[in-house]
Amino acid sequence: MTEELAVRTTGLTKRFGHQTAVDRLDLAVPRGAVFGFLGPNGSGKTTTIRMLLGLVSPTEGNAEVLGEGMPDRLASVLPRVGALVEGPAFYPFLSGEANLRRLDTADPKASASSQPGRVARALERVGLSHAAHKKVHAYSLGMKQRLGLAGALLAPRELLVLDEPTNGLDPQGTREVRSLIRSLADDGTTVFVSSHLLAEVEQICTHAAVLRAGRLVAQGPLDELRGAARHRIEVRTPDTGVAADVLRKLGLELEASAPGTLTAEADGAPPAEDIVAALVRAGARVRGFSAAAPSLEERFVELTGEGFDVAE
Amino acid sequence: MSESQPKSLPNALPTSLRLFLSEVSVLFRRWRTWAMLVALAAVPVLIGLAVRFSPKGPPTGRGPAFLDQVTHNGLFVGVIGLIVCMPLFLPLTVGVVAGDTIAGEASLGTLRYLLVAPAGRIRLLVIKYLATVVFCVAAALAVVLGGVLAGLALFPVGRATLLSGDTIGPGEAFGRLLLMGGFATVSLLGLAAIGLFASTMTTVPVGAMAATIVLAVVSQVLDALDQLDWLHPWLLSDHWLDLADLLRQPISWGSFGENALLQAAYVAFFGALAYGRFTTKDILA
Ligand SMILES: Nc1ncnc2c1ncn2[C@@H]1O[C@H](COP(=O)(O)OP(=O)(O)O)[C@@H](O)[C@H]1O
Ligand SMILES: [Mg+2]
Repeated sequence: MTEELAVRTTGLTKRFGHQTAVDRLDLAVPRGAVFGFLGPNGSGKTTTIRMLLGLVSPTEGNAEVLGEGMPDRLASVLPRVGALVEGPAFYPFLSGEANLRRLDTADPKASASSQPGRVARALERVGLSHAAHKKVHAYSLGMKQRLGLAGALLAPRELLVLDEPTNGLDPQGTREVRSLIRSLADDGTTVFVSSHLLAEVEQICTHAAVLRAGRLVAQGPLDELRGAARHRIEVRTPDTGVAADVLRKLGLELEASAPGTLTAEADGAPPAEDIVAALVRAGARVRGFSAAAPSLEERFVELTGEGFDVAE
Repeated sequence: MSESQPKSLPNALPTSLRLFLSEVSVLFRRWRTWAMLVALAAVPVLIGLAVRFSPKGPPTGRGPAFLDQVTHNGLFVGVIGLIVCMPLFLPLTVGVVAGDTIAGEASLGTLRYLLVAPAGRIRLLVIKYLATVVFCVAAALAVVLGGVLAGLALFPVGRATLLSGDTIGPGEAFGRLLLMGGFATVSLLGLAAIGLFASTMTTVPVGAMAATIVLAVVSQVLDALDQLDWLHPWLLSDHWLDLADLLRQPISWGSFGENALLQAAYVAFFGALAYGRFTTKDILA
């Protein structure tokens, strides 16, 4: 069982003084997944990632990465893991290439003779070959972010842990990162990607977990998470009184609505065509009807109890 | 691509040696490192110029010892340079480099990436210390070199008189000067370990640097208080100015040995503290 999970945590907890940053987290990241780790700012994503990478020791609980316990087995686990943690960081007085060489040298499992090739390939993969010899202090934020990704891609990795990889990127850069992640996933790499912006990762994730104030509030394949969201129907009609009676008779629970519009939860409702037929029979002038599966975004707002991108 | 012959050479080197070389190269690719070395080299040059062009000629008996010897043998400019730099300038530069070791990486954020690479905490700590030792050597050499160059340019290089009254030729004087540089390097090793420890305590490099330099000064202040003479043998700086003992004939090695032992004790103690701190620390920067 464990071998099929790239990351598994049980009761993982980190307290800073009185504050519990991560609270009894049970994560299960299947191998081969693109796993979205979602939560508003301050919900504990980075702290969790630091524990997975052995930078921070848990107050309680365990973390297993690629089947081995962290931080005890760090030396054998980390060469197989590429990571971007809380933004890229480099020596500003060295070139992009020299920075990558230094990182590569720090990995005891990386051979020296193949280093130039590895560095060149990583730079190429993120589209930075042209800036390889530029000092990093002359890089833009987006270029630094890409160089950070190049650092994570220096060696073939089994797992990539990317903490908000699209931070600081323009829409074009964000798209590029997404397609990079997709192509890595196609190669069989497990990708664990955190974000406070659901929209940025929703399209590429196969699985997701949602964090709220350090606690896990949902986890699973994306389809399942979507399925758990409550559907809604929306009727636009000038005859709200008539329509409301019909909907109530059909057993629907009405929600507060704007003038000319009725909304109701669709759980246990008859099929959409039956609802419309009943409305028309009762003489309501139906000008619009939708039975919407809510966006994942709405589902997450529901789960986190607040909009995304809301600071603590 | 550039996968040429010379690049594949380091493959034979153990990975830790390669990381050490990378560390040294990062240190010496910093503008700041060279600025400090140039400043150190400038001290004996300034002394030489001051002596050479002072209207009254070199003083005898006042000022740093051996100042009068400078006119007989220019290599003594280096000797005076070391003696002048030992109490403050050398500790200052070593404090900057040692205080920056871990805290500097933490403040850049590169520490987390090195550890995730994974560089290994113990390995990184040892390599950081060894790179600081390289800087100690470079710093002492900078003073020696500045002194030798200024001496050769400004003064004759003849026979010089030692404390004991014996005279030595230029060749031996140069040897003694290098020995004194070695003594200065050894004297800085304990301070380097203190700086390393301070550097594991913070993510603000300036804080670690300041703490290290302040300790070097406090140690010398305590060393100057006669009421505390029971404490003196334990003070980091107790032998710093004993480097003049290397100018005796025959050389008196006693203070060299005592100093080496004292510094080794400091390295062991603060090295252990740094190890204890750094291997258990949460890397939050
Ligand atoms: N070094 C620290 N000391 C104290 N509290 C911290 C520290 N680092 C993070 N925290 C707290 O832990 C919580 C989670 O932070 P973080 O993991 O950075 O969240 P996220 O990455 O989801 O934005 C926050 O409330 C933050 O204030
Ligand atoms: Mg974060």
